[in-house]
Amino acid sequence: MTEPVLSVRNLRVAFAGRRGTLTAIDDVSFDIAPGEILGVVGESGAGKSVTGSAVIGLIDPPGGIVGGQVLLKGERIDNLSPEAMRRIRGRRIGMIFQDPLTSLNPLYRVGRQIVETIRTHTDLSEKAARQRAIDLLAEVGIPAPERRIDGYPHEFSGGMRQRVVIALALAAEPELIIADEPTTALDVSVQAQIIALLKRLGSERGTAVMLVTHDMGVIAEAADRVAVMYSGRIAEIGPVRDVVQNPLHPYAKGLMGAIPTLAQDTDRLAQIPGSMPRLSNIPPGCAFNPRCPSVFGRCRVERPDPIPVGAHRVACHLYDRSEASAA
Amino acid sequence: MNAPVMPLPQPDTRPGDAPYVVIEGLRRTFDVSRPWLNRVIERQPRQILRAVDGVSFAIRRGQTFALVGESGSGKSTVARMVVGLLPPSAGDVRITGVSMTDPREAAARRRLRRRIQMIFQDPYASMNPRWRVRNIIAEPIRAFNLLQGDVAIGRRVGELLGLVGLHPDDGVKYPHEFSGGQRQRIAIARALASEAEFLVGDEPTSALDVSVQAQILNLMRDLQDRLGLTYLFISHNLAVVRHMANRIGVMYLGRVVEIADGRELFRAPKHPYTRMLLDSVPDIGLTGRKRIPVSGEIPNPIDPPTGCAFNPRCPFANERCRTEVPTLVEGVACHAFQERRLPA
Ligand SMILES: Nc1ncnc2c1ncn2[C@@H]1O[C@H](COP(=O)(O)OP(=O)(O)OP(=O)(O)O)[C@@H](O)[C@H]1O
Ligand SMILES: Nc1ncnc2c1ncn2[C@@H]1O[C@H](COP(=O)(O)OP(=O)(O)OP(=O)(O)O)[C@@H](O)[C@H]1O
Ligand code: SF4
Ligand code: SF4
Ligand SMILES: [Mg+2]
Ligand SMILES: [Mg+2]
Repeated sequence: MTEPVLSVRNLRVAFAGRRGTLTAIDDVSFDIAPGEILGVVGESGAGKSVTGSAVIGLIDPPGGIVGGQVLLKGERIDNLSPEAMRRIRGRRIGMIFQDPLTSLNPLYRVGRQIVETIRTHTDLSEKAARQRAIDLLAEVGIPAPERRIDGYPHEFSGGMRQRVVIALALAAEPELIIADEPTTALDVSVQAQIIALLKRLGSERGTAVMLVTHDMGVIAEAADRVAVMYSGRIAEIGPVRDVVQNPLHPYAKGLMGAIPTLAQDTDRLAQIPGSMPRLSNIPPGCAFNPRCPSVFGRCRVERPDPIPVGAHRVACHLYDRSEASAA
Repeated sequence: MNAPVMPLPQPDTRPGDAPYVVIEGLRRTFDVSRPWLNRVIERQPRQILRAVDGVSFAIRRGQTFALVGESGSGKSTVARMVVGLLPPSAGDVRITGVSMTDPREAAARRRLRRRIQMIFQDPYASMNPRWRVRNIIAEPIRAFNLLQGDVAIGRRVGELLGLVGLHPDDGVKYPHEFSGGQRQRIAIARALASEAEFLVGDEPTSALDVSVQAQILNLMRDLQDRLGLTYLFISHNLAVVRHMANRIGVMYLGRVVEIADGRELFRAPKHPYTRMLLDSVPDIGLTGRKRIPVSGEIPNPIDPPTGCAFNPRCPFANERCRTEVPTLVEGVACHAFQERRLPA
């Protein structure tokens, strides 16, 4: 087996809350192989972005990683000095943040920002870097890039800014890309173009991608495997076809069932009743138990660990073979 | 102005009711020229970008009008002009009859402003990071004097947080302590706090997972039914638009190319771009249906194609399309449609 580009082992991340520590990520493990796109989905606040930030060492103190390991091509990176981590970010790991505006400096022309990134991480000349920046903007679908390159971020539409941020993340040809909702503001045609670009990077350069998105259409098209997160943990992980078409975990079932489609004509959209617990108030046992239609006694006391079921891993007591009531 | 020779395009209203919002001939250009010195040295002309190029539509009270269209087609620019955040280069927006541009109506406009709220595309950029969330949400309540006293305001803020699926205690936190989708919900709670009757949402639920999104959209529809709110809704998610909108305008490079009732647009899209857009929706069921990608080069708003802006990508384009700009007739701006040469 080839060595994974990214290995996350039993990751735990905590923030200092007003009344004690809040554990935002609790024992999360996954791998991403070369050229693989791992989709990460889950309820708002489930911990998708925090997982991504932890991998690139960008959890703001007083928060931080409190357990587990993060390995990039087999080397631990979670214990590196801030200086060493800075060198990895941008160069070996490209990041696309959820809020595109936070990655762009409003006072600098977008071309300047991309050229700067390219020059920090490669030895291209100013002129070559500018050409590469134009090529990158074209690749992410910015029309007339040779003219738009000198624009300021506020002169770009929301979706165009998002694409500029994608271009920035790709600038140094990283081995791993963490893309946090990279296509939220994009219409379907540009979305398709970005997906194709990410896939091409995977097949041509073996770039691994952690793709956080709530858009199941994007997941279905882009991802090889998908992880469903709930309340700081992975509820289910497996090949994308299986998880989307035949989810096992009750939360994953509810999530897939709530996808609105073009064919449907309902007055109300399907939603999972209740809401995700707050970090300060995670129930004992399975965090999903107050909302789970299949909840049973054990769920309220014992936390389910991931259980292999076929090609999936599911954190749910229903799939424990020793459980007589398993469906 | 000369009397029109040709019949004007039908204003987008039904007989008998005065629309809540009327947008007429809205235009907005931006000067994106390089700095003056560069232009002189490189002998470049001024470059004008036409972000919005003659947009007209109306929204009836208590209804939802959705704008869809490619990234960069001018949706946010229209929204910003509608709420009065950006002056149009030409045309006008009237809300309950009050002009958003006429200097003589400034006083009426000030009274109108508090009835209008916008939910921005970048939630983080639209809130002060140094304010606690409870103060962010309470701001319109205080500004418009909707409630008196900290206790009443605090209770209302807690209620609003609950409505968007957050906890009343979350009000003490700062924006950076929330996830992206939680911040988007805070922006929605703030917009609801203003008790506005007209909400303009620019991708208001784009950062939400399907279940929380359903919760917010169901809430928005309940409020609309109960309070008669009027919405202008921008979203790239066609399934969401289908669910929310009574009427839909499809934009392409600064113009509305098709305008129709929601059901009708999805049942029988007419404009070639609309058809392409609907065909390109990714297949969630993994049924193996190949999504048909929107093909062709992405047009450049600084130097748009002559004639119909969609002509370089349109399978039905002919000579007329390359020279003559189609106007909106029967809700469709397309020569082939008007010449009845589009397949059904
Ligand atoms: N700096 C912080 N301080 C305290 N809590 C935080 C901080 N950042 C995130 N959190 C909390 O951690 C949890 C996980 O947040 P995260 O941003 O990872 O969610 P997410 O899955 O990305 O959600 P979304 O889909 O809404 O973006 C949330 O409950 C959030 O409120
Ligand atoms: N302040 C500005 N200066 C220069 N150009 C601008 C400015 N604001 C918008 N534009 C340009 O106007 C066009 C329309 O932008 P707008 O933000 O309205 O698009 P949009 O339809 O909302 O797209 P998206 O779906 O990507 O948000 C784009 O080409 C954009 O670059
Ligand atoms: S462990 Fe129990 S509560 Fe949790 S998802 Fe499975 S059945 Fe539901
Ligand atoms: S006017 Fe011509 S080019 Fe434009 S959409 Fe219609 S057929 Fe196509
Ligand atoms: Mg997030
Ligand atoms: Mg926009």
